[in-house]
Amino acid sequence: MAKIGIAVFPGSNCDRDVHHVLNKVIGVQADFIWHTKDRITGYDAMIIPGGFAFGDRLRAGIIAARSPIVQEVKRMAKDGLPVLGICNGFQILVESGLLPGALMMNDSLRFVCRWTIVEVKNNRTPFTSQFAPKQTFGIPVAHGEGRYMADSKILKDLKKKNQIVLQYFNDNPNGSSDLIAAICNEEGNVMGMMPHPERASESIISEGARNDGITIFRSLVSNLKQKAIA
Amino acid sequence: MSVLTKQELDYLQENLKREANEIEQDIVGAEWSEHCSYKSSKKYLRLLPTKGKRVVVGPGYDAGVLDVGGGYVLTVHIESHNHPSAVEPFGGAATGVGGVIRDIMSMGTRPIAVLDALRFAPITGMGKNLAKSKWLFKNVVKGIADYGNCIGIPTVGGEIEFDPSFEDYCLVDVASIGFGRKEDIVANQTDVGDVIVLGGGSTGRDGIHGASFASKALEAENRSAVQIPDPFLEKLLLEATMEAVKQGCIKSIKDLGGGGLSCCLSEASDNLGKGFDIELSRVYAKENGMTPNELMISESQERMLYVTDMARLPVLESILEKYEIRHSVLGIVQEHRNLVIRHGGKVVAEMPSHLVTHAPLADRAIKRPAYLDKLKTAKPPRTPANLGKVLLSLLSNPTIASKRWVYQQYDHEVGVRTVVKPGIGDAAVLRLDNNKFVAIKLDGNSKHCYLDPYQGTLGCLSEGRRNVICAGADPIGIVDHLQFASPEDPEIYWTFTQAINAIVDFCKFMDIPVVGGKVSFYNETAKGPIKPSPVIGTLGLIESASHIARSALSPGDSIFVVGNTVPEMGGSEYYEHVHGITGGPVPKVDLQVDRQNGNAALGLIKNSLATCVHDCAKGGLAVALAEMAIAGSTGFRVDLDAVPNSCSRIDDLLFSESHSRYIIGTKEQEKVRRALQSAGTTFAEIGSAAGHIEFAKDKKKAIKLTLKQLQASFYSLEKVMQ
Repeated sequence: MAKIGIAVFPGSNCDRDVHHVLNKVIGVQADFIWHTKDRITGYDAMIIPGGFAFGDRLRAGIIAARSPIVQEVKRMAKDGLPVLGICNGFQILVESGLLPGALMMNDSLRFVCRWTIVEVKNNRTPFTSQFAPKQTFGIPVAHGEGRYMADSKILKDLKKKNQIVLQYFNDNPNGSSDLIAAICNEEGNVMGMMPHPERASESIISEGARNDGITIFRSLVSNLKQKAIA
Repeated sequence: MSVLTKQELDYLQENLKREANEIEQDIVGAEWSEHCSYKSSKKYLRLLPTKGKRVVVGPGYDAGVLDVGGGYVLTVHIESHNHPSAVEPFGGAATGVGGVIRDIMSMGTRPIAVLDALRFAPITGMGKNLAKSKWLFKNVVKGIADYGNCIGIPTVGGEIEFDPSFEDYCLVDVASIGFGRKEDIVANQTDVGDVIVLGGGSTGRDGIHGASFASKALEAENRSAVQIPDPFLEKLLLEATMEAVKQGCIKSIKDLGGGGLSCCLSEASDNLGKGFDIELSRVYAKENGMTPNELMISESQERMLYVTDMARLPVLESILEKYEIRHSVLGIVQEHRNLVIRHGGKVVAEMPSHLVTHAPLADRAIKRPAYLDKLKTAKPPRTPANLGKVLLSLLSNPTIASKRWVYQQYDHEVGVRTVVKPGIGDAAVLRLDNNKFVAIKLDGNSKHCYLDPYQGTLGCLSEGRRNVICAGADPIGIVDHLQFASPEDPEIYWTFTQAINAIVDFCKFMDIPVVGGKVSFYNETAKGPIKPSPVIGTLGLIESASHIARSALSPGDSIFVVGNTVPEMGGSEYYEHVHGITGGPVPKVDLQVDRQNGNAALGLIKNSLATCVHDCAKGGLAVALAEMAIAGSTGFRVDLDAVPNSCSRIDDLLFSESHSRYIIGTKEQEKVRRALQSAGTTFAEIGSAAGHIEFAKDKKKAIKLTLKQLQASFYSLEKVMQ
């Protein structure tokens, strides 16, 4: 049976939500792992959830990126295990060097919490394999620093290597370069995304939209199952 | 200098049988402040009905507790942070959120939502102080957002009113609800020898005299009385407290709020019926050389007091250490019932806790204000020729306009419980773990309450009940936040007693218990007193997902109105905002009719006969219909002649804020008609969904607008705040 670890930092606040979706909605085992853990065994994938790790002190994600657990996450990423960072988790992945670029203050200079639509640009990652090519779906964002920025060389590379996984569709809630909502590393096993799939995984809380966010987690679980069979 | 009055000092001396020393006077001064002691209000608060079949814990504790079935409880509390927010809006509002969240934690429950009721002076129009009012508004919202977002508790709703009586000032009310297992509610029982632990932030010189600062009129901008927020630390305290509750290593908890250690220690000791022996040098201080007085009355934020026994102390300590929360054992529980404060071993204060926590009640004079008779009637305005323009002006009135600019700055979804999100329904709806849902809304109306405090307060209660009913919920409890100027002014004190009378009458009639509340007096500046501003928080329980209702009109809907429209224009947004008229009779609540109409509307919802439901409130029938149209991106055609009313003027009919009215959209006209008839309500079918917005009168079009025009006006707050 696949087992997913959820990294928990002081100040993480979407950890319980991701835990709920994986365990209760999908029915896959997911456990909280405290940030001081420096040896992680028996887990097939890691999720770094949203929130305000270390209160966003200094800069969002920068302190968490230096924690023991992230050194383990780096090792797991190198070993090819899937790693998903959501919102603050994306910021942590960027600060830890697992993903390129930076996440800056929204262009509105305000925190923004609302639903948007994203388009799947790459459905060959472990997190998007169950989406149709170019599928669009509704999903909420909630962040103050979600504006993805990178220099032109990185942006060119991202496009060339098919690393832009999700793009905002007819919308740009934060002013991101190239409408970027999610990117992955070159190997495709590490993805960071600003929108919150765990908030779009059940129809009852997906006001006016479908619960397509769950496809992110279903893709991951199905990928882990295939790996287990192979 | 003592903050106590001569009479209070005499009373203290008489009871102590000696003169109180300076430290004792400071401790008592904090606890006997109006803010902490309720000395002007206690007598009246005792009149409120607080019992009910769901009430586990009523008012008087950190939060009220309601049984919602299946072994689960809801906790609820409301507080304000008016003075601090008026001086330092960001920090004042943020620490207001922090305080109410700690109250919910103190019961052993996890906070699942925050709501805010905010009041400012106008931010549009001819006002002199627009920039200041906007600055207060913008930073209060930012303070709430930064705190709530960081701690991961969704801010799911509230209300905002703009009125000139709040010039240079603001009201910031924060309510929070918590959810948990009944067995996890902290029992608050301790034994001699138990240890008292202070955890959280260090104690500094911030917030010194905060409680007494809030207990007099705002004269000078006393920034040192405003506390400094640290939501990250509060988040750590929250997780540590929840873990400690689960592990069963807490015998009693209390948060530190107004009055700091003085109030927390004396109230905890008195509630537990035990004495506390405290060593102040064990308090972690932010700076060297803090005096015992300063340590006792500092209101530094994000601090919690835990009582546990020696056996379980190591467990509590290990949890606090896991979260890297500073903590120290301050003292020990004793058999005597005194608060004994030591500093370096030497006793610096020693008083019976019961004496400290029971200020001599103030006897306040009461006088009906003279202004009421002058404002009883008002000369009606001329009916404007272009009523469509009036409707658009009301929709762009910041009191009525969409609060999207506000709620999109709040993370209102974290926790994956928010079913009905801001801007979609009459109340926020959150899912619970027992397949039920809670609906919650805050309501206030300073304009009505100024002209008639009794009917105005009844109106807030009626509106709260209507709002949760429109979400599909049975009302199960209320919290009240009573905000007035100085109680020492007999006319102002009279308005307070009227508000109390209204709550007593309404809650007894409707059989809804008051489960918590707060009183805030001295809300006044050099510019004068605020209008009486009671804010009512109403909680409702929804038994099934299929009962959850929203306000969005949909194509094909027939539109019904339940309730009568009466020309009660006093305090209406139409009089005040459009014509600048203050005066006239305010809407009256007929309790019998109010109950009947509400029950009928709820019956339709529960029987799946309504596609959408919305109550009529600020801006009246026309604004309510416009809001439904905007929410559903669907226009309507309404025949005003069909609306049950006793108005002789079309503008009164469109914009009167008569209570007890519901607008219902349905695709089952016959069944709705039969149900409303058998419920004995006054109702009518008044129109249907359409492409445009149209009100007809005497077979002629009285208003014709497009949906786009409505939207442009309704979503205008972004432009105002640019």
